[in-house]
Amino acid sequence: MIRFTRLFQELDRTTRTSEKTAALERYFREAEPADAAWALRVLTGNRLIRRVNTRLLRQWVAEVTGYPGWLVDESYGAVGDLSETLALLLPSGGVGVNEPLHRVIVDHILPLPTLDEAGQRELILDTWATFDTEQRFLFHKLISGAFRVGASKKLVTNALAAAAGIDAAVMQHRLMGDWQPTAEDYARLISGEDRADEPGRPYPFYLASQLDDPPDTLGDLGDWQVEWKWDGIRAQLIRRGGNTLVWSRGEEGIADAFPELRQIGEALPDGTVLDGEIVAWESDRPLPFSALQRRLNRKRVEAMLFQDVPVVYVAYDLLERDGKDLRERSTIDRRAMLEAMVDAIDEDDLLLSPLIDAASWDELGEQREQSRQRGVEGMMLKRKTSPYGVGRKRGDWWKWKVDPFTVDAVMIYAQLGTGKRASLYTDYTFAVWHDGELTPIAKAYSGLNDDEIDEVDRFVRRNTLDRRGPVRVVRPELVFELAFEGINASTRHRSGIALRFPRMAHWRKDKPAQEADTLENLQRLLAARERGVSP
Amino acid sequence: MPMPPESPDTSEADSLIRATERGLYCEAGGFYVDPWRPVDRAVITHAHSDHLRSGCERYLCSKPGLGVLRRRVAEDARVETLGYGEATTINGVRVSLHPAGHLLGSAQVRVEHRGRVTVVSGDYKTESDPTCADFEPVCCDTFITESTFGLPVYRWPDPGSVVDEINAWWRGNQETGRTSVIFAYALGKAQRVLHAVDDSIGPIAVHGAVKRFVDVYAAAGVRMPEVLTATEESRKAVKGRGLVVAPPSALGTPWLRKFAPLSTAFASGWMRIRGARRRQSLDRGFVVSDHADWPGLLRAIDATGASRVGITHGYVNVLHRWLIEQGRDAFVVPTRYESESGNDDGEVE
Repeated sequence: MIRFTRLFQELDRTTRTSEKTAALERYFREAEPADAAWALRVLTGNRLIRRVNTRLLRQWVAEVTGYPGWLVDESYGAVGDLSETLALLLPSGGVGVNEPLHRVIVDHILPLPTLDEAGQRELILDTWATFDTEQRFLFHKLISGAFRVGASKKLVTNALAAAAGIDAAVMQHRLMGDWQPTAEDYARLISGEDRADEPGRPYPFYLASQLDDPPDTLGDLGDWQVEWKWDGIRAQLIRRGGNTLVWSRGEEGIADAFPELRQIGEALPDGTVLDGEIVAWESDRPLPFSALQRRLNRKRVEAMLFQDVPVVYVAYDLLERDGKDLRERSTIDRRAMLEAMVDAIDEDDLLLSPLIDAASWDELGEQREQSRQRGVEGMMLKRKTSPYGVGRKRGDWWKWKVDPFTVDAVMIYAQLGTGKRASLYTDYTFAVWHDGELTPIAKAYSGLNDDEIDEVDRFVRRNTLDRRGPVRVVRPELVFELAFEGINASTRHRSGIALRFPRMAHWRKDKPAQEADTLENLQRLLAARERGVSP
Repeated sequence: MPMPPESPDTSEADSLIRATERGLYCEAGGFYVDPWRPVDRAVITHAHSDHLRSGCERYLCSKPGLGVLRRRVAEDARVETLGYGEATTINGVRVSLHPAGHLLGSAQVRVEHRGRVTVVSGDYKTESDPTCADFEPVCCDTFITESTFGLPVYRWPDPGSVVDEINAWWRGNQETGRTSVIFAYALGKAQRVLHAVDDSIGPIAVHGAVKRFVDVYAAAGVRMPEVLTATEESRKAVKGRGLVVAPPSALGTPWLRKFAPLSTAFASGWMRIRGARRRQSLDRGFVVSDHADWPGLLRAIDATGASRVGITHGYVNVLHRWLIEQGRDAFVVPTRYESESGNDDGEVE
């Protein structure tokens, strides 16, 4: 517990990623495997137990300290973190324990859900009596939900990989799989052995970079495999050991939401991993992403919806065949194997992402102009000789998206930002004209540089017309060009439309508010999108 | 953060000292304690800007407080002084000043009239501080106390261990080539930190706002380390190895960026709360306060033997309710409205 507490302090006392990584790496090198296993469990965002009722925790602190409930609540209001509040309120006196982290977890935490209220109270009061203030704080964090230390899962993964002396991608791969917080599993995680045979474990996704330069800077078009960029959910479809698993990029198993994909999985030969896109699909063309979104958040899909929003899996890569990792093979080799496999399978919902032919970059550019009609976001350019990489390694995979839609809108509300922007007005609501009035259409936070943010912040403070809670209603004067990726009908918004990924592209200081866009313009765009024609 | 007061308890209207629009007023003596606006006679507890306004005709403060008060208002201000424990009479009211332990020259004001005694604490701390006289409890009938840290989550660690932490942090930064920057209020806290740190570790530079009070402290006989002011030459000496002591307002300024790479810390009682440090993206928070913590407030109140307790400046409502529930006679003393931006130089702590 002492070593883990020190790790927490080290992470808490810096805002620098390099120092956080170094602190984690030192911890993984120095800690006993039995402790490090639990630390890893917690640091990668897994909760240990169902959270202990915080009302009871408050009540017991009030009992122990003799403070009335209102004083505990006032204290919580000032501190803003219940774990910390309770640790600060408890009488000092506990000198701290030397018990290793795994004993603390096994003896003081894991039993809690099995105990009744009286039993929980007894165990927690015993724990408070021996722990010091810092240990109590961590104890509260561990029993009251997710444990956040300002170190992302990726950062923890990288540090563990560095401590183990293995590649970060390999570590990410291992952590995706099933492991228990035991010294044995931890030893396996940091060992050099390969356990690629473990069923169900996806590969780290290779991510494309945005192509900002003209495409001819990539050299000869003949070196590139070109496909459409699908507007869906990137996912690996895994068939191993007679089971089908679907992993999205958020590392979630999402097979339950998409029964169609299970059916495809049944048809795949064992030891297969496909990379591709789940796309909502109707009569030979993709539906907007919003159609898919309705499916995403449901774990069980009602039959009706199943009928309404059919999905397909558009396969574009083959990462494993006959249980063998193909990622080191070239893109065209993998493509050839993928084509052979998909051809041999008779499943309507499994599509092969078609290749796009063109004689020149110019001709390719012309085809790219049809992206919107086709319901895709643009094109993907993949170097034919490249292996399947890891993370966002630049150079081999490029996304060449069509230019976003834009609208000139007026800023009407502002709110304080969060985190480092907590004292600045950085969150804005924008409106367009409708029947002579400004109708809100989107919120946007990003796209301005620091100087512009300062300038807008000053404007907001000097031009506040009204305050509604945290929201300032500002004089409708500033016009911004908003860029967005899509537009959909919405019953939840007063304007009747919802923009996808809106952000500030330009501050149109040249434009008076009267000349901002109208809602009718956006409605026309929406209608055109629904008919599938280019605006 | 000061909280808006509840409506004042009217039972204090017959008190020797009462709250008015200009601040605490002793009607019998015709003087104010820490007035908020210029008045004829002002008795000053200490020289922080939320207690000391310029423009009064006459000031009365403690002898050790004369230097900081003049530096703050005007070198030619009309000031009378009293040694700690020494008394004077103003319009038949006996007035004496007693150490408050807040900063150099800080005083509690004891007012006696017709056998009744009221003490206005000003800001105070109960723990010992080598840069000023220690707080002394004064027996009284009515005690008007501050309540800046009037919540039980505020309990101060041992000051010696905090100084060790500061020194260790400074040494650690030297090893990684960072300049150590401590933000501390320019008057009081900065000098307390300067007095405490181990100046054999490296060179120390201070912001101009801090320097002018370092000189006053040194003139009053408080040991101050040798400090550089932040000029181009001294910047070279300090960068990567030295300690910079600056007021919180220097955070994020170009002045400070010239010392980069930095490790930043704030020395304040507010640093007891993790979120207070993290909201400002500071690397470290050192819990060093010139105010009484929760146990300190309660001990100080008990030690006066006062039958009535007035509460001002801080978590007024919390301390008020606590005392009432403990069966004490307590009332709220209105605090001047603080604007959103806080105090003009942020020295409320």
